[in-house]
Amino acid sequence: MKLSCDEATKICDKNQYSEASLWEKIKLSFHLFLCKKCGLYSKQNRVLTKCFEIHKDSESRKKHCLPEEDKKHLEKEIKARI
Amino acid sequence: MPSAHKHILNPNKWVGLHADYLYNYTISRINDQDLAKDIVQDTFFAGLKAKDNFQGLASERTWLISILKRKIIDHYRKINSTKGKAEVKMNFYTDGDREGEWIEERVPTAWNSEIEKVIENKELREALEKCIGALPEKYAMVFKMKTIQQIETEDICKELEITSSNLWVIIHRARTQLRKCMEESWFKN
Repeated sequence: MKLSCDEATKICDKNQYSEASLWEKIKLSFHLFLCKKCGLYSKQNRVLTKCFEIHKDSESRKKHCLPEEDKKHLEKEIKARI
Repeated sequence: MPSAHKHILNPNKWVGLHADYLYNYTISRINDQDLAKDIVQDTFFAGLKAKDNFQGLASERTWLISILKRKIIDHYRKINSTKGKAEVKMNFYTDGDREGEWIEERVPTAWNSEIEKVIENKELREALEKCIGALPEKYAMVFKMKTIQQIETEDICKELEITSSNLWVIIHRARTQLRKCMEESWFKN
């Protein structure tokens, strides 16, 4: 039943992706009830998840392309090897 | 066999048809443009070498992606094996009476005006990018696949050939490190 802070915050991280099991969540709540340090971690973790969401949205709009000069170079290299 | 449905390879058109797709796929996992370019190039070259083995069952792109995935695993193995060099800072004691407890200097401290600071703006994204960029490569890669690409845990484990408990340890260390970094660079000033 008793978790270390390392284990508790690991479950807390897992929970940010909704992948902690019921038993893990029960153990985590018990730990958070007693531990202020991890309580603060847990609160800040939700804030971070929001930041990552914002970052994810802007990243998914980006499209990375291979620069034209690299493409030309690659085409040449491929032709030489066919 | 209905030979009419067989796919064929046309290396002359690879760059035009697939280079951007392969590059995008790589850059979403590996945070380094030059390295991503090298991996795409290696993928095409390996494809040329193996083109006689192509049976035409999958499309050209699917086949190239399967080669690319091998290259990415090889890279992951390489960065995973350089021990000591690419580790995150310790956050918890790992032995003795205090095993599993917070190391004093890593204990979370209260943030200023956090609600106002979680807004969609350029500065926040830059601070995040910097912190993610400061993670050792292995941690950045797994964190990004899970959090930014939102790939299923099972699929990441398959792709990188790691266990799920391994994945959660990496995510945990990455997030603890990112919390500290964002505390210093964003929430405390």
